[in-house]
This record gives sequence, structure tokens and C-alpha cells, in this order.
Amino acid sequence: MDYHSPASFAEASALAANATGITRFLAGGTDVLVQLRSELVKPDTLIDIKKINGVHDITRNADGSWTLGVATTGAEMSEHPELGQDWPGVVEAMDLIGSTQVQGRATLTGNLCNGSPAADSVPAMVAAGVTVTVTGPDGTREVAVEDIPTGPGKTSLTKGEVVSAVNIPARGENAGDAYLRFIPRTEMDIAVVGVGVDLRLDGDTIIEARVSLGAVAPTVLLVEDCAKAILGSTLDDATLDALAAAASAACNPIDDKRGTIAFRTEVVGVLAKRAAKIAYARAKGENA
Amino acid sequence: MALDDRKSDFTFVGTRPNRPDGLDKVTGRAKFGADISAPGMLHGAVLRSPHAHARIVKIDASKAEAHKDVKAIVTRADFADVPFRPGLEGEFYNVLENVMAGEKALYDGHAVAAVAATSALAARDALKLIEVEYEVLPHVTDVDKAMTPDAPVIREGAADYSVPEGMHPNVVRYHESGHGDVEAGFADADLVIEDSFVTEATHQGYIEPHACLGMLGNDGKGELWCTTQGHWIAQKTCAALLGIETSQLRVTASEIGGGFGGKTTVFIEPVALALSRKANRPVKVVMTRSEVFRATGPTSSASMDVKIGMKKDGTISAAQGVFRLQGGAFPGAPGDMTAMCAFAPYNLNNVKQIGYDVMSNRPKQAAYRAPGAPMGAFAVESVIDELCNKLGLDPVDVRLKNAAHEGTKASYGPTYERIGLVETLEAAKAHPHYAAPLKPGQGRGISCGFWFNHGGETSVSLALSEDGSAQLMVGTPDIGGSRASMALMAAEVLGIAYENIRVTVADTATLGYNDVSHGSRVTYASGLATIKAAKHAVEKLCERAAAKWGIPVDAVKWENGCAVPSGPNAGDFDPMPLADITADMGSTGGPISGHFEATPEGAGVSFGTHIVDAEVDPETGKTSVTRYTVIQDAGKAIHPTYVEGQFQGGAAQGIGWALNEEYVYGEDGRLQNSIFLDYRIPVASDLPMIDTVIVEVPNPGHPFGVRGVGETGIVPPLAAIANAVSNAAGVRMKQLPMSPPRILAALKDNG
Repeated sequence: MDYHSPASFAEASALAANATGITRFLAGGTDVLVQLRSELVKPDTLIDIKKINGVHDITRNADGSWTLGVATTGAEMSEHPELGQDWPGVVEAMDLIGSTQVQGRATLTGNLCNGSPAADSVPAMVAAGVTVTVTGPDGTREVAVEDIPTGPGKTSLTKGEVVSAVNIPARGENAGDAYLRFIPRTEMDIAVVGVGVDLRLDGDTIIEARVSLGAVAPTVLLVEDCAKAILGSTLDDATLDALAAAASAACNPIDDKRGTIAFRTEVVGVLAKRAAKIAYARAKGENA
Repeated sequence: MALDDRKSDFTFVGTRPNRPDGLDKVTGRAKFGADISAPGMLHGAVLRSPHAHARIVKIDASKAEAHKDVKAIVTRADFADVPFRPGLEGEFYNVLENVMAGEKALYDGHAVAAVAATSALAARDALKLIEVEYEVLPHVTDVDKAMTPDAPVIREGAADYSVPEGMHPNVVRYHESGHGDVEAGFADADLVIEDSFVTEATHQGYIEPHACLGMLGNDGKGELWCTTQGHWIAQKTCAALLGIETSQLRVTASEIGGGFGGKTTVFIEPVALALSRKANRPVKVVMTRSEVFRATGPTSSASMDVKIGMKKDGTISAAQGVFRLQGGAFPGAPGDMTAMCAFAPYNLNNVKQIGYDVMSNRPKQAAYRAPGAPMGAFAVESVIDELCNKLGLDPVDVRLKNAAHEGTKASYGPTYERIGLVETLEAAKAHPHYAAPLKPGQGRGISCGFWFNHGGETSVSLALSEDGSAQLMVGTPDIGGSRASMALMAAEVLGIAYENIRVTVADTATLGYNDVSHGSRVTYASGLATIKAAKHAVEKLCERAAAKWGIPVDAVKWENGCAVPSGPNAGDFDPMPLADITADMGSTGGPISGHFEATPEGAGVSFGTHIVDAEVDPETGKTSVTRYTVIQDAGKAIHPTYVEGQFQGGAAQGIGWALNEEYVYGEDGRLQNSIFLDYRIPVASDLPMIDTVIVEVPNPGHPFGVRGVGETGIVPPLAAIANAVSNAAGVRMKQLPMSPPRILAALKDNG
């Protein structure tokens, strides 16, 4: 196994482009190292990107948007004084992953590129409209988070491409986000169902909405019908029922050791309602 | 064995000093199974079957043998020829067959070969070079399916004499007991409820994986260091499996990171010794967590039918149960224990119970705290709860009305001596928890539980040092703070401070045979032997004092750590402290020590009552346990903090078993969740604070009144939680674990 610790993303991209066999990028390592130890994946090339300058930075840009370095950990996000005020759903979703020790290593980018449909931070990022900057042999491009995963363990990144930054939009006025997941325990588990909701209000009326579902299909879903169900509403009971129905209808889950099709299909609607209520309360400036 | 000098007034017993091993454990100084190395040591790794059931056609290890770092490879041929016998008569055969597969791999994870190499990584890599040709056979992992006529036969001829004619060969042991006329009793009832219940296998989940270091020469002399609940059984079993003399193998028990019954047998220890014998070097083997789940002993899964008749006033008129337990591909599932414990809390005129031991393609079950009892209690106490609900009766009152007491003929045969079930129920009724109001969505559950407790072969020595301190050597690994309890009991007899007594878990070369730390026997049996050994030393101390004073030995008695004249007529001497006697013992007759060994048989059965509040989210089926109270008879709590710890530990493991822990098998018969991520043991935040009440009804069979407390605490939780959840959800839950998908499905079925 070859280990590299490049000083720039261009160098990281070149190393990956020229590598043969299995290549893995190493940031927090909370998936890669576990897979290595359990012999699920034995990479030929390991490219450690956490020594590149700025990869732990959390930057608020002039327009109010945020840029996060790819090695920014869950703990760094949770401890940031302002990021969580703008995007509590995204920060809370990341904070749900693993233990305190894992929080000291795990990253949004790693969670995304691992390609798990149950990744907690991904529905929150999709709902929030987050994009990532991808550096490759042909330069850089910006890709919506929902366009990265293509199936369990698979992404749309091509050979030589590496995520080099996470871009979170400006929060703006009268808006809020939330992420909820279902696990049978209280922590240290993997989502059986996850739901991210982001919305914006004009008065009491929802004028923008994005709803994303996790662990109910081969990839995290951005569900247009869920957004439609709540747009223009004040999130009354009938709207919430319509939202739940749309979420359940969008599911394409599997039966596995973590949950059943029937359970996931039912509970995704329950969580969509609950997450929407929290996002709505946050958009109104209430504590939720 | 009734004792006429029982003590009830204590100086040290009942206090709560820090445990003597505490500092070592919190600073990392304690040596666990994997914390030892030897010069020239090799690392072993085990190749395991990926199939649930397969004939081993051929093992080609030539490529692995050619690996430069590989020093030895063993298969079944490298072990002794141990004769096969049916049932549990051939337990050495069963253990050998489990330790290393013979003609067939019998479950996913079954060991088929092992390698010793110069590094752990090289050993793991070498496993991939071993080529095993399998002929895959049909498999069965479900207990009910394993009993059906067309189920694949795991092993012909494994059934013992107890099994009635016509049963499937996978049924290997049968138990039937009871008394009275259950049919007449049911006819006499105002309400009869009959229902079926299912529980899934769970693992003890001890945090320390199995680990050992073995050294065995071609001269048949060996040393073994291992994490175990019983190093004498490890010694005896390893010797039998390797064909060496028992006394030539010295076994030392490491510190143990949890066992709960799962470390009462051997898995990797004979493999390490076989590899060592072949390589002529020490070999260390450490299991991964996945190996622990796949190839050590979880508890049995169970399928049960229970029928109980009750009068309108709450009197149980008849009770019967059929308990089918699956224990993996070997005899040993405790269907007999389940049957015997199921109705043991109650004073019944008409009772009948049947237990089956059934084999399937799963790992060999091992003991798990009161093996077999929790499942039976789940079924029985659920039906009693349903009867109480239907008849509008208070669940504690009904249990009090039917509670067994001194003189009751137990459901499994004997007549009870003094027992404390009624006292636990009265304490439950008086506890503020039982009167506390419930919030909407919450339910309350009650259950009683019983466990036999055990005595077992026990040998203890105590040696006094010149400075007046004492060394106590016991043979029972400390799995629950027993070194603290032993020191307290020795201090009570000797009259010297707790801190001046060092308790060591001695190796197999130091003491006679000691039975395993199981059956909640340690504080009872090693404690009894400790008291007797200390008294033995006191006799000698009194002899020395008598000689110094020039008076007869029967004119000297022992009080508060000193020899004193037994009365005014014996003479006027100042009390002579222990340290004054030991200071010159070398010249007054030599070293002073005490010893005791026996198989004490007065362990004293144990009962508990649990109260649980649970809240169910009706939209997701998720359960939170909001309040939990354990009430149990300890006889006499030697170290109350560690008694409370046992109570809480039983409840915590019961919560896991009841709500989310389970062995999940795929259609292919392979275990799907062999990591802690997917084997959902409770995390700290899943648990409420667990309140405890220690009831003390002294055991007549122990000098200080001790009853074992380690196991009874896991008997009531499954039922108590199921009753709480069923009452909260408004639907009877009959299958464990009560995971959210199962609860949500039950709520939907209920409309």
C-alpha cells in the first residue's frame, strides 16, 4: 500500500489520476480505516488530504455563505460559534455521527463520499442546498451534494477527482433547517430512516422548501413532491399528512438487519412531519 | 448444610470500601487476557467456516505452510481422539468439536484450521492461503424448524436417554416435571389463558474478547494464561483435548473484562496450546469482536407455550409450560433449566413443565446469567400479567397471593427452606415507584424471577504474614468485586482491617480444584470457605496465645483481632493482638495459615421482583424505559455497592435483551450483525437510573447468611419490560426483542 500526503488538491488529484488499483482518500479515516481493518477494502493507494493547508478552516464569506475545508471535523462544526446558528440542521446531523472520539475525526466530505444511503449529514446537506467543489485533472467544478452519491458505496466522482471544499449557501432571512433520524437506541447507531428539511417563510407561509430522505433508497433522495406538499402552506395538519404521504410514496427501501420496508416507509413520514415542524419553528425564530 | 453459628452482628461486612483491583483497572495496570507476552511468542489466528452447514471435503494448507512467517498450522488431526457420547455425557467431545471442526462445519464461524506466525498480520494473511473445499449442506437456525420432520440432521445419535421415541434427531435432551393434576386445575379456573412466546438469542456482550497465551512442550508440560471464569475447567478441558495430564498444565486466570457465563468454557485456549506444541514456541491468540459474536456462546433462542388458570380472587389453579430451546450445533441448551425455573416463584397445587434441548446450525450456546430462566419468566409472567389485566387484579397482590414461601413444594420438586420472595413483593408494594402516577403513553410492568444458585467445589487458603497482614488465595476469578467481599469476610473473622488483606485469584498449581465462577456461587462458596479458612487460622492463633500464657487452648477466645482469656477463671491477661502472635510465629511453631475445602450445598435459592415503567412512541414503536426498580433478596449483602451493581447489571442486560439485542441470521444461515454497531446492546444513554432495594432474608446455609446475587437480576427484566411495553402500547408483545419495527407492526395489527 502506498501512502501519500500531498500539499495541494492539484497534487492529490494527480496522484489519484496516476494510481493503479484501489485508491482511497483519507481525511478523518472513520470509514476508510474501519473498512481497512475489517478487510472490506484494502487500498493500493492511500492519499491523505488532511495535511493540505486550510482543510480545517470554517469560513464565512462576504455574501453570508460558508466554505468548509474538507477535513473539518464534526467537533469543529459543533464548536463553531455561528455556523450552528445559521444551519442547525446541518450541524446537528453531523453531530449525530458516532461517538465523541469519532466526532474528533469525522468529516462532512467523508460522510458524503463513503456513499452510504444512511449517512446522517447528507440529507441535511441536500436539504440545505449544499454543494461541493471537486478538483480533478481538468480543473475544478461545483457539484450539488445530491449529485455525488450514485448508489451504496458509489459516487459520481471520476478517476483523479477529489472533493476540495464544502459550500453552504447563505442562510438568509426567515428560514430554518432540521434533520431527524430514527435509530432504535439513543446514540451510536446508524440511521434506519433520516429526513432533512429546509424551508423559508413569508409571514407564516412556506415559500421555499427542500426535503431530503435518507436510508430509504439506494441513495439519499431530494423529494420534489415533499416540497410541493408544504409549499404555500402554514404547515397545518392536513399539510403535514400530505408531506408524510409524499415521503412514504418516495421511498424505495429494503428489508435488512436494521429495519423493514414497512417500518421505513411508515416512519419516514413521521420524521418528515417532525423535522418540518422544527424547521418551521426555526424559520419563525423560535427555539426548536 | 445448616450452620449453628450463624453471625448477624457485623463490623466489616456490610461496609462499602473501594475494591482492591480498582486502581489497577482505572490506571491500565491490570493485566487482562491480551496483556501478556513471552519471549519468542507467535501469534495465532483461526480460519472459520463461511457456511452454516457444510462437509469439509479437503483442507489444503500447503501454500500457508510455505509462507515464510508461518511456524505451525493445526487442524482437527492435531487434537486428541476424544470419544463421542450422546447428550452432555460427551461434553469433552462436544467442546473439541466446537473448538475445531471435524468432518463438518456446523455453523457460520466454526473453526476449521489455525495458524501461528511471527506476527498477527502474517497469521491473518496466512489464513487466506489455506484452501478448504466444502460441500454445502442444508441448514436450519430456527428452533421450531429444527424440530420439524424434514429439518436437516445436525448429528445423528446426539440425543440422550431422556428423549422420547419419535422425536427429530435434533432434539437431544428432554425434561418433564411438576406435580398435581393440571387438567383438574384448569377446570377449576375462572379464566384460562394460553399463549405462545418467542425470544431470540443474545450475547453476553462482555467488553473483553477472548484472549490467551499458551505454551506446551513435546514433554506434555504446559502453561496457559487466559481470560476465563474458571481456570480449573480450562485446565481439565485443555488437557483432555490435547491428550496430556491435567496436572502438567498450569493455568493462570488473567483479570477478566466480563464473562456473565460466556467464559465458563474454552474456545481458543486448546488451539493456542496445539499450535504451541507444534511450533515449540509460545502462541498468543486474541479474538476479534466479530469472532466473539460468531463463534463463542450466545444464549439460546426459545419458543414457548404457556397456559395458566386463575380464580377470580387471583389464585392460580393450574400452570403448564412447554419450553423449546435452541443451543447451537451441540447438546446443552438449558430447556430443563427454563422449565424448572418458569413457575418456581409460585406455590402451586397443579403444575407441569416440559423442556426441550434442540440443536441447530448456530454457535454452541454458553451460559448467560441464570441460563434459561429469563425466557421462561418472560412467557409465564406475561400470561400472569394478562390474567391480572383481564380479571382486574393488582399484579403485585396476585403474586403475593401465590408467592412461594418456606415449606412450599417448589414446581421443580424440592421443598423451600427460608426464602425471601414475599419480602421482595412487600417491598415492591411499599416502594414509591409502585405508587407513582404514570404519564399518558406510559405503562408499568411487574415480574418476579427465580434462580437456583450453586455451591460447587471450592478450595481456599489463607496465610498470615509476620507483620500481621494476611494473604488470601481463592480459586474463583473475580467477575463482580469478589476480592472485596472475600477480604471483608476474612476481616470479619480475623478482626484485622480490610486493607491489610490481599486477595489473590491463585493459579491451578496453588489450590485444589475450584469450580467455575458461575451459578452466583463465588460470594457464597468461596466466601464460606474463606470464613472457614480464617477460622482455621484463628484456631492456630489461639493455640499460640494459650502456649504463651501457659493456659489451656479452650481457655482462649478470639475477639476484635486479639486473643483474650475466655473468662475470669482463665487468667488475667491483656488482649494479645494478631500481629503480636505472628511477629514471632517462626519460633513458636512455624507459619500460621488456614485452609478449607468442600463442596458446600446450602447455596440458598434467590428471588427478585422488578418494577418497570416504559413509554412507547405510538408513531415509531420506539420504547424508552423511564423508571426501573430492582428488588432482590441477597441473604446478606457483604459489600452492598457490588450487590447493587449486580442488580443494576442484570436489569441493564435485560433491557438490551428485551428491546433491541438479537442474533440476526440471513437466508444463507450466516450471522448478519457480528459487530456492536448492528448488535444493538444498550448504550449508557439508553438506560434510566436503576434503583435498587436489597432485601436480606439470611440464607441458613451460609455462616453470614449470603445468597448469590449475580444471576437472579436478569430473570425478571424481559417479562417486566414486556409487561410495561404491552400495557403502554395496549397490545400484548409476545416476541423478543421488542424492536421498533415489531412494536409498530403490532400496533398496526391492533388497529
